[in-house]
Amino acid sequence: MKNICEMTALEISTAIKNKEITVEEAVNAFFDVIDKYDTKLHCYNTVCKDEALKRAKEVQQGIDSGKYTGRLAGVPIGVKDNICTKDILTTCSSKILENFIPTYNATVINRLNDEGMVVIGKLNMDEFAMGSTTETSATGVTHNPWDIEKVPGGSSGGAAVAVAAKLSPVTLGSDTGGSIRQPCSFCGVTGLKPTYGAVSRYGLVAYASSLDQIGPIGKDVDDCAALFSVIQGKDEKDGTSMVYDKFDFDKAVSGEIKGKKIGIPEDYLGEGINEDVKASILAAADKFRELGAEVEMFKMPIAKYAIPTYYIIACAEACSNLSRYDGIKYGYSSKNSENLLDRYVMSRSEGFGMEVKRRIMLGNFVLSSGYYDAYYNKALKAKKLIQNAFFDAFEKFDMILGPVAPTTALKMGESLSDPLKMYLGDIYTVMINIAGLPSFSAPCGFDADGMPIGMQLIGKPFCEAEIMSAAKAFQNATDYHTKLPTLD
Amino acid sequence: MTIDRNLVEYLEKLGRIRLTEEEKVAAEKDLQDILTYIDTLNELDTDGIEPASHSFPVANVMRDDIVTNKADTENILKNAPDSKDGCFVVPKTVE
Repeated sequence: MKNICEMTALEISTAIKNKEITVEEAVNAFFDVIDKYDTKLHCYNTVCKDEALKRAKEVQQGIDSGKYTGRLAGVPIGVKDNICTKDILTTCSSKILENFIPTYNATVINRLNDEGMVVIGKLNMDEFAMGSTTETSATGVTHNPWDIEKVPGGSSGGAAVAVAAKLSPVTLGSDTGGSIRQPCSFCGVTGLKPTYGAVSRYGLVAYASSLDQIGPIGKDVDDCAALFSVIQGKDEKDGTSMVYDKFDFDKAVSGEIKGKKIGIPEDYLGEGINEDVKASILAAADKFRELGAEVEMFKMPIAKYAIPTYYIIACAEACSNLSRYDGIKYGYSSKNSENLLDRYVMSRSEGFGMEVKRRIMLGNFVLSSGYYDAYYNKALKAKKLIQNAFFDAFEKFDMILGPVAPTTALKMGESLSDPLKMYLGDIYTVMINIAGLPSFSAPCGFDADGMPIGMQLIGKPFCEAEIMSAAKAFQNATDYHTKLPTLD
Repeated sequence: MTIDRNLVEYLEKLGRIRLTEEEKVAAEKDLQDILTYIDTLNELDTDGIEPASHSFPVANVMRDDIVTNKADTENILKNAPDSKDGCFVVPKTVE
């Protein structure tokens, strides 16, 4: 039998069902490797051993008694630290929430529990998901397991590294402008940014509410499809969550792609893209052709305006969402204050990191009197044009293929000192959030230094199964997704 | 758009944050770089375009007016920096 940590989530669950291993053994196997490697990698902000081991016993009984029969019953899972977990620290990697213990579970956590999964810890991220490198975390940076001098990407850096380094079989991340897809690309793992409204955001600490979505990260399409089918679906606690045809797991893992029309935006392969990344995307396009799809280039000039539009909308929503942190109700509270206003100001000034402050300022700027029309309203109009550009593209194509990021993982520190440079790295991902579309990120090559390269397949709203099936066809025909870094 | 010290200080006030002198210098430069880039959006012709708020059509979402959660005062106050008699404690606000 394979080492437990080498298994996919579906293999672990099968081994448990076949009584080859127990839930407790599965959970302990991951705690052992976390103990061994996480001091070096720092994926986890919190490891919840006591809770997980107690839960493992309950789940084992539930599986034995037939209560838990799901595809992922018994599987351990790490969760990004911006997803509320009852009685377990949820920090958003921010000093301002360093002591915050939610009194309730996010809807996705309840769904993991209903499936019989076991939450083993909370994963590092950029502070409040604001960043693309996990360097803005107040708990320290997460290291890329392919090269520990490099960033893992972000903001779900901990969630991507945990899968790549086999410190969790699958994880949950969140994606506001690329925060699942880009770290997956940098770490050589597979992940889904679902359609806006496909997964409940109840209990996800808000960054930019019109863009945020929770999604799965795993070693392959099957694990992501299995986890997505657990978390998706309407929730009355999130008014923006939608009812639609239930996600079709079998279709997602069928690997059907023959006759599908795939478009590649020329604008995604233009100036600024690393040559190795471009070559890998073109090679992936050839592979899709070989597998029976039609692949064609098309123009999407609006792509040029994606980043300005995104940062205006995201920061505007962020400054409003983050106004709740006041040092009074929960979280960090400054002792250096005499009066109420001072308490707010000092708690926020001492509690937030610089990137968060920068986005609060930018958000207040674009919403402030005199600038609202020129910036915020202008961005909402650009959003409409971006949505239209995708609708037009989907008249012709079933899905869109492109790179996830213009480069592979950068050296630590390179973008931290230059925020604009970090923002520009989001060029291929942010448009998808603006348009609310699903996008699936999967490994498709390596650069000259051996760092992973990812592609994304962008689908029509609620067509997750279709893009996953295309990615599955690719994974059936290639082995990029099976290559993971060695840690010793 | 030009960012100057006055604007940075105005944004600190709006955001209820206070920057150190060093942070203000950095914020001025970073916000300037970012806004200069953001201003490229002005090239985009948006005349006659309706601003989009939602990605998909969403109507008001209602549910029956029934209480489904109960006050969890004790647990909620465990997260409060300071509390007394089931309430949050704040610095004195009225003389």
